[in-house]
Amino acid sequence: MSSDKIKQENVRNFSIIAHIDHGKSTLADRILEKTKALTQREMKEQFLDAMDLERERGITIKLNAVQLRYSSPNKGEDYLFHLIDTPGHVDFTYEVSRSLAACEGVILVVDAAQGIEAQTLANLYLALDNDLEIIPVINKVDLPAADPERVTKELEDLLGVTKDEVILASAKAGKGIEEILEAIVERIPSPIGEPEDPLKALIFDSLYDPYRGVIASIAVKEGSVKVGQKIRMMQTGKEFEVNEIGVFNPKPTPKNELTVGDVGYLTASIKNVSDSRVGDTITRVDNPAPEPLPGYKRLNPMVFCGLFPVDANNYNDLREALERLELNDSSLQYEAETSQALGFGFRCGFLGLLHMEIIQERIEREFNIQLITTAPSVIYEVELADGETVTVDNPSLMPDPQSISEVREPFVNATVMVPNDYVGSVMEICQKKRGSFVDMQYLDDNRVNITYDIPLSEIVYDFFDQLKSQTKGYASFDYDLAGYRASNLVKMDIWLNGDTIDALSFIVHRDFAFDRGKAITSKLVELIPRQQFEVPVQAAIGNKIVARSTIKAMRKNVLAKCYGGDISRKRKLLEKQKEGKKRMKMVGSVEVPQEAFMAVLEMDSDD
Amino acid sequence: MITSAYIHIPFCHKICHYCDFTKFFYNPELADQYLDALENEIVTAVGTEKRKMKTIFVGGGTPTALSHDQLERLLKMIAKSFDVEGPLEYTFEANPGEFDEKKLALLKEYGVNRISFGVQVFDDELLEKLGRNHRVKDVYDSLRLFEKQQFENVSVDLMYGLPGQTYDQFKKTIDEALALDLPHYSSYSLQIEPKTIFYLRHKKGKLHKPVEEEEARMYELLMSEMNQKGVYQYEISNFAKPGFESKHNLTYWNNDYYYGFGAGAHGYLPGERTVNIKPLNQYTKKGKETGLPRLHVEPVHYKEEMEEQMFLGLRKTSGVSMSEFENRFGRSIHSLYSSELDYLKRKNWITESQDHVALTTQGRLFGNEVFAQFLIEDEKLQ
Repeated sequence: MSSDKIKQENVRNFSIIAHIDHGKSTLADRILEKTKALTQREMKEQFLDAMDLERERGITIKLNAVQLRYSSPNKGEDYLFHLIDTPGHVDFTYEVSRSLAACEGVILVVDAAQGIEAQTLANLYLALDNDLEIIPVINKVDLPAADPERVTKELEDLLGVTKDEVILASAKAGKGIEEILEAIVERIPSPIGEPEDPLKALIFDSLYDPYRGVIASIAVKEGSVKVGQKIRMMQTGKEFEVNEIGVFNPKPTPKNELTVGDVGYLTASIKNVSDSRVGDTITRVDNPAPEPLPGYKRLNPMVFCGLFPVDANNYNDLREALERLELNDSSLQYEAETSQALGFGFRCGFLGLLHMEIIQERIEREFNIQLITTAPSVIYEVELADGETVTVDNPSLMPDPQSISEVREPFVNATVMVPNDYVGSVMEICQKKRGSFVDMQYLDDNRVNITYDIPLSEIVYDFFDQLKSQTKGYASFDYDLAGYRASNLVKMDIWLNGDTIDALSFIVHRDFAFDRGKAITSKLVELIPRQQFEVPVQAAIGNKIVARSTIKAMRKNVLAKCYGGDISRKRKLLEKQKEGKKRMKMVGSVEVPQEAFMAVLEMDSDD
Repeated sequence: MITSAYIHIPFCHKICHYCDFTKFFYNPELADQYLDALENEIVTAVGTEKRKMKTIFVGGGTPTALSHDQLERLLKMIAKSFDVEGPLEYTFEANPGEFDEKKLALLKEYGVNRISFGVQVFDDELLEKLGRNHRVKDVYDSLRLFEKQQFENVSVDLMYGLPGQTYDQFKKTIDEALALDLPHYSSYSLQIEPKTIFYLRHKKGKLHKPVEEEEARMYELLMSEMNQKGVYQYEISNFAKPGFESKHNLTYWNNDYYYGFGAGAHGYLPGERTVNIKPLNQYTKKGKETGLPRLHVEPVHYKEEMEEQMFLGLRKTSGVSMSEFENRFGRSIHSLYSSELDYLKRKNWITESQDHVALTTQGRLFGNEVFAQFLIEDEKLQ
């Protein structure tokens, strides 16, 4: 072993899986502390979440792996731990599965009050898929609402573990941490694999650094790798020469060699993360492995939207921003798009809504570009009358209804876990969202797992928000793609002052078209300020108007008040008015604020 | 040379639901201390020598909320620093029913020659809803006192766009106000400002102002009724018989300088706009200690001064004088604002005569749209 003479039998590679807010990051911090990986001074809260955005949103987007040394008092021996962090959101399921593939065990953290949630389950299944040892931990046992007995029962039922195997902990108070560390030693197996075999290293994360190129996080499953060796990415076939390898402890520390069981990083002047894809296997050119590690998938975006700069002069800046983000995010896709209403921009593809929001926010924040975002859409499969099938990711490009023989849309298999009392509300939402019932299972006396097939487009709208608000936040939710199905879908156009605004078009089920049309026209009347003339707002299918509303003409806008010589106030009012205008987009003859382009999303929030 | 002063008296016996001026419930001790601070502030600004002034405006709050003695002290301190003889416009704000004949006689004695009279509406129900302290009957009682004390230059304040106020109700108020045959009227539309009772209700969705169409009709009615009766509109919200235009208010619109004395008062001195501290005890403390109770001072640079010359001047019916502009700034309005002027003329919101740029009747309804055009982008002056 290269890593300071610790035997392969004493290596433990593991991950922590948990639902958001169940205390994963705090537990990771405590483990780092206990293994003295960090001095007190370095000990920032929640060390593993490095990006600001992650910190603010309380979610982990990028993975990290930390090497820790642990002296077991029970065994009287030193152990080498690799703690591999996983992202905690449904949009990133694949990345979670790959980081779990780098491990031999997981710590399953469950909140002592909340119990098991849909997301925890989803990650747990991934762990089981990878045949990992599971250490169940009930966290936050010191909170007043904690019910460790009930949650233990849940875990017993679910995992078939005995009560003794469940560890009660409070990461915040430091309770149960020693027990967890010993369980890692005791229960998680050491990595198997032969140091002399051809190299197989799993890439479980890939991060772009402007100075060093891509930094790949790798777990060496077979063989070994050294600086200067030529390597090949087995899925993409690209070859590189290794510049640097090392481990995070938690600071990056270069090493001469990584061998079986080691988890660390590798750089090789790789210019783009798409050449170092998560899930790919690295092997050596001089002694290649016969086949790659299993489980590689190329991720395809599921949600699409148009991103347009508010100021047309920012178009090139936006392109640069997307290029930069793409370096670091192989699941982000974009291509140039032209909208009659919004001018030049990009149609972008994302893994899910959260991924979309993160990218938007990073563009606005890191690159300082004001964006107009069109409502998200999914990919539709359209079978034309002549038998040809086309895919449509932009509602405004939906072919003419006469030429369509069938429209198919992606469905998901959605699992909602909810307390008994809310089963009715959840089913009502699912029905409203065109879901079809699949299954309902009682997990225990109180908790129910409800499964529905629902069109992805409905999930993309406000499904999750509605679910949260209708169940007082108790519902948890997860989904898997379940293929394409034919639906009776139509394109709805929005006309402002008689002009079709392509960026506002959306696809809707025919049965809901009338209501949606009515909802969106009145929402737009609310969102678009009065203009100097009356503006009709119409919703149309083809040439048929299904709903109409009117933005009345501005009649009076003058400050008729004496502010006792307070001129600054008058000035501020005028400046604000002028600034507000700048943030609006001139569409035809109408000034439209940014929010209006997302109106489709907000339609249901008021009912 | 600064020849105008606004003096703020922040005390009231009752606080109106819409008012966001600096105001406090009247308390005799606090008022005494306030006058100490105010005196120190005035003396610090103007020195010991008597200053010749063109206008003095004492507003509030409710200046007449002061006791008889306090009122006399205020009038004396003003007379000590400013020359109140001669052709001066010297205005006091007064609310219906909130003063007696003795206080009025005192004002007369010290040279006050104009009253700004807070009538608001001729409608007891609405007055109640506004949280006003008076009723319609008080208006007539007070008017008799003005007559007795020979105050002829009286201006009446009227409000429109009030919650629950109809077009017809406002018409009745205008008619009743015009029947008084006074030389000056101001009429303001209700603005819902933060930190007021109305704002609170508004946020909860419990305050319903008339819709924009209705408010526009009220404004149009106001303009036509006034002009018909020979009370001419000389500013967006101000109407007067010829010769009775408020010289003090014109100071603001002409972009001239003025002192602002008292808690929360605003002033305009060469190169800067000043704002005083608002909280009573802090103003009083700072005013007594330093005589300069400033909250902050905003510099007014060349660019801002030009912008203000435009967006204040255009409030006047006569508009902005192009020759005056050129004299003051060394450049012509046309060289600076040619594309804006063209645009606004095309809209029929402004007209140009020999020497003046002014709002059209139509433009008056969209004043803010017009004014905002005259804010200069930073790059433009470079």
